[in-house]
Amino acid sequence: MTDAQTPVISVRGLTKSYGSLDVLKGIDLDLPTGEVLAIIGPSGSGKSTLIRCLNMMETLTDGTFEFQGKSVSKSFKDSGSSYGVGTLRRRVGMVFQHFNLYPHLTVLQNVTKGPLVVQKRKPDEVKADATRLLGLVGLADKCDAFPSHLSGGQKQRVAIARALAMKPDVMLFDEVTSALDPELVGEVLQVVKNLALDGMTMVLVTHEMAFAAEVADRVIFIDGGLIAEEGPPAKVMTNPDSDRLKSFLSRFNA
Amino acid sequence: MYHWDFYTVAQSFDLFLMGLGTTFLYTVGSISIGIVFGLLAAFARLSRFRSLRLLARSYQEIFRCTPLLVQIMWAYYALPLLLGITIPNYIAGLMMLSLYVGSFYGEIFRGGINAIDKGQTEAALATGMSGAQAMYHIVMPQAIKKMLPAFINQSVIQVKNTSLLYAISIAELTYMTYVVNGETYRPMEAYTIAAVMYFAILFPLTQFADYFERRMARSD
Repeated sequence: MTDAQTPVISVRGLTKSYGSLDVLKGIDLDLPTGEVLAIIGPSGSGKSTLIRCLNMMETLTDGTFEFQGKSVSKSFKDSGSSYGVGTLRRRVGMVFQHFNLYPHLTVLQNVTKGPLVVQKRKPDEVKADATRLLGLVGLADKCDAFPSHLSGGQKQRVAIARALAMKPDVMLFDEVTSALDPELVGEVLQVVKNLALDGMTMVLVTHEMAFAAEVADRVIFIDGGLIAEEGPPAKVMTNPDSDRLKSFLSRFNA
Repeated sequence: MYHWDFYTVAQSFDLFLMGLGTTFLYTVGSISIGIVFGLLAAFARLSRFRSLRLLARSYQEIFRCTPLLVQIMWAYYALPLLLGITIPNYIAGLMMLSLYVGSFYGEIFRGGINAIDKGQTEAALATGMSGAQAMYHIVMPQAIKKMLPAFINQSVIQVKNTSLLYAISIAELTYMTYVVNGETYRPMEAYTIAAVMYFAILFPLTQFADYFERRMARSD
């Protein structure tokens, strides 16, 4: 039903408020298939809230949300005309800043849990898949380890494999290197970059400006709950229009 | 110097054993039902519906803040007057023991669930799990580990609390000890045997709780 022209995710007039605090004030965003979109902006600008709205971890206060051309409702289950959040989240993988691995499960079980519980796929097939994915992120030898025995970088790579195991159409990365020691950032970014090269559609909220410039097809700069500026990284990151973005970027060019 | 005479009392050893069996049944029964009440109370307290939270809270506070003995007497002597029916002592006893322990279990369960980082639920939801699936597959297995020491502790207390059933003539260990004492006039021996029996059951349990807690501390 969806052709290449239909955006995977399309939001219009997206707002999000917590009580009287308006975090997002009307975002219009289309995410075409295969695009790597980087979201940058100062802390408190709403970029994390925005990415969390993209798999409805945060419910929208207002606005429309379409996934592959079909509207998404707030209920968990699909209805005739719209997807539920359950379907949305099955198809949109998310990786968190603090990894959130399941500490009581082994690395392999962390990866297989979603497919087994949610997709009810055959255990043999899921396990083979998970093993392959862990190989892909360079952790084939850690299958039976528990998360507490891994470094931060390793944990985050497991978290990426866990999200990929659901065979998502889109991957969301919410500041996935912010909680890592500097020397571990590279190994995680390499995995993200490989995914981008494979053509995965993805959205990254990041403070790694050089990385965003390198992998992103498009960059949006969020400020005060609105998209303040957007475009290809070459334009946005090197020749910004607004003073806000200029001063924001200057802080990273130390 | 007191002259111990276990021989006389030992003649009635079968009564002690019967009492012990009854104590065991009420313990297992009330703990099983209490777990159900506790889970209901815990999930109601964690619910987003205010009325459910309030209901569970009221139940817990009423049962936690009144003595179990008063509750048992009330259910057996007062409640029948209110309802105009007779309530057999075993029903009144089992019901009150279960409700009482359930009110404490509810707090233990709720605390255990709350102790699990919200990121765990988020990660599970992000893979498309429903709230119930996230609770069952991800949160509960971790929460149970956290709540087990407190749960065992409360259950140890529960074994001892069954002795209050003696007040409504349920033939558990304490009641039977009272009976043996009446027959033999040897309170020293009778109550010592009862105490030793309770201790023999509970000491291994508390040791297990300690052992488990130490093991948990190691893996953290």
